[in-house]
Amino acid sequence: MIKVENLTKRYAGVTAIDNISFEVGKGEIVGFLGPNGAGKSTTMRILSSFMPATAGRASIAGFDVFENSLEARAHLGYMPENVPLYTEMRVTEYLIYRAKLKGVTGRRLKERIGDVKELCSLRDVENRIIGTLSKGYRQRVGLAEALVHEPDLLILDEPTIGLDPNQIRQVRELIKNLGKHHTILLSTHILPEVEMTCSRVIIINKGRIEASDTPQNLLDQLRTAGGVRLEAKTGSDNGVAELQKIAGVKDVTVEREGDWETFLLKTESKGDVREEVWRLAVDRKWAVRELSRRKATLEDVFVEITHADV
Amino acid sequence: MTKFFTLLGREVKSFFYSPIAYVVMFFFLLITGFNFYIGVSLLNRGPSEVTVIEAFFNTVLFWIAYLLIFPLITMRTFSEEFKMGTIETLMTAPIRDWQVVISKWLGCLVFYVILWVPSLLYFAVFQWTTKSEAAHAMGAYAGSYLLLLLMGMFYIAIGCFASVLTRNQIIAAVISFCAITILLFAGLLSFIVLNMTPGLRDFVAYFSAVEHMGEFSKGVIDSRPIIYYTTMTVLMLVLTHQVFQARKWKL
Repeated sequence: MIKVENLTKRYAGVTAIDNISFEVGKGEIVGFLGPNGAGKSTTMRILSSFMPATAGRASIAGFDVFENSLEARAHLGYMPENVPLYTEMRVTEYLIYRAKLKGVTGRRLKERIGDVKELCSLRDVENRIIGTLSKGYRQRVGLAEALVHEPDLLILDEPTIGLDPNQIRQVRELIKNLGKHHTILLSTHILPEVEMTCSRVIIINKGRIEASDTPQNLLDQLRTAGGVRLEAKTGSDNGVAELQKIAGVKDVTVEREGDWETFLLKTESKGDVREEVWRLAVDRKWAVRELSRRKATLEDVFVEITHADV
Repeated sequence: MTKFFTLLGREVKSFFYSPIAYVVMFFFLLITGFNFYIGVSLLNRGPSEVTVIEAFFNTVLFWIAYLLIFPLITMRTFSEEFKMGTIETLMTAPIRDWQVVISKWLGCLVFYVILWVPSLLYFAVFQWTTKSEAAHAMGAYAGSYLLLLLMGMFYIAIGCFASVLTRNQIIAAVISFCAITILLFAGLLSFIVLNMTPGLRDFVAYFSAVEHMGEFSKGVIDSRPIIYYTTMTVLMLVLTHQVFQARKWKL
């Protein structure tokens, strides 16, 4: 659905994106992650034909976004960052206006307007002026607008930014449902969101793609992912030295609080050494008050990839 | 074409969403009404060489009001879209750049025409009260209003060009106001610089809006100003389109 080849964009000497290539297949929900200024919005703007690339090619549904821009745009529903809307228009009026611009006419127009209002729960506010709506509703108007011509592909730039947790949940549900019929590329900072909604993640940093895989594979590849936490009284034993003998433990750190010591064991991401730790504690007669496993999250992946040089 | 009319419809309606349209219309009516009152009072003093149409369209007050409306009408066309970011949603819809440029220009022109409609009422009232046939040469009406349309086309195109240059509406208004004022006063140079050669004087008269109005409001319809205003309108629209497309240049 999306094909990006060696795309580069430079603004006045600053390289925003640097020779990136990726593909998004039909039906995928792809999360586009990266720190602020990594080049996410720039990539999305090039894909939506809003600005040209300095070098390289990009196409949507087989249409080059620069040479066959009109056809490419016809296949695309794009929601820019911060959802710019005509604040003086009413919701239905705005949706009709946008639908007509995208070539939806006649009976289909009426049907589509009804459908997207239903889908994005806009019935209650259909006659309100957009400027008087809350951020959450505006976001939904933006989403409804992006969907109104039934595009094959949705590109959403930060769809949940500035929303409260309930609204985030609603939008996330909506995106998940949309993923059944549309290909979606969305950017966000909120990592749990990606873990929940996306089938694939592309991590971009300083204009380069650092990783592109399913969330699960990324977690598995993580070098310092998993860990075990142990709170115990080891008495006269050297806890750190004993724990380090366990196979699979890469590193142990300790914090003392009175007689109690808290050990943090770093392991391979898939490794679970709780049983071995328990046996060791029993052997050495340590008093244990907590033994738990810390699962790696996408946040760890993100931090490791984007702060590799720190 | 449906897309173009959708764009145009929004442009025209957008004037009436905001109070600016009503404020502009109110004060424009007030000034032109006052201008008409002065014209009629002048005619009431006794026999006069000018018709009511000439008396209406050739006053300082008319030109002041006329200069002010263009920046007010056109300043928001592009600047507001740039500032609000709506340009991004607009230009990622499958529409062409020229459709946007022409619809914005034409939208302003439609509003400008609407602005002038009530002025026809003044002349209707004048005719109704005076019952004078002589004062109502159709040629003079046709000439004046044709010239209003021609000048409107050109000055609105200047305003759109100023607006496409910046995201700040005030800057757009200042640019178009200055450009139109300079154009207007350049046409008056022949009144100020007295020792002009005849050739230069003709040249200046060629683009003097004040002189055009003097002729057209007598009912003398000259083809030269028609060509001048149409070509300049096209030129300004082409420039506007070029600037608007500049964001797509591969730098």
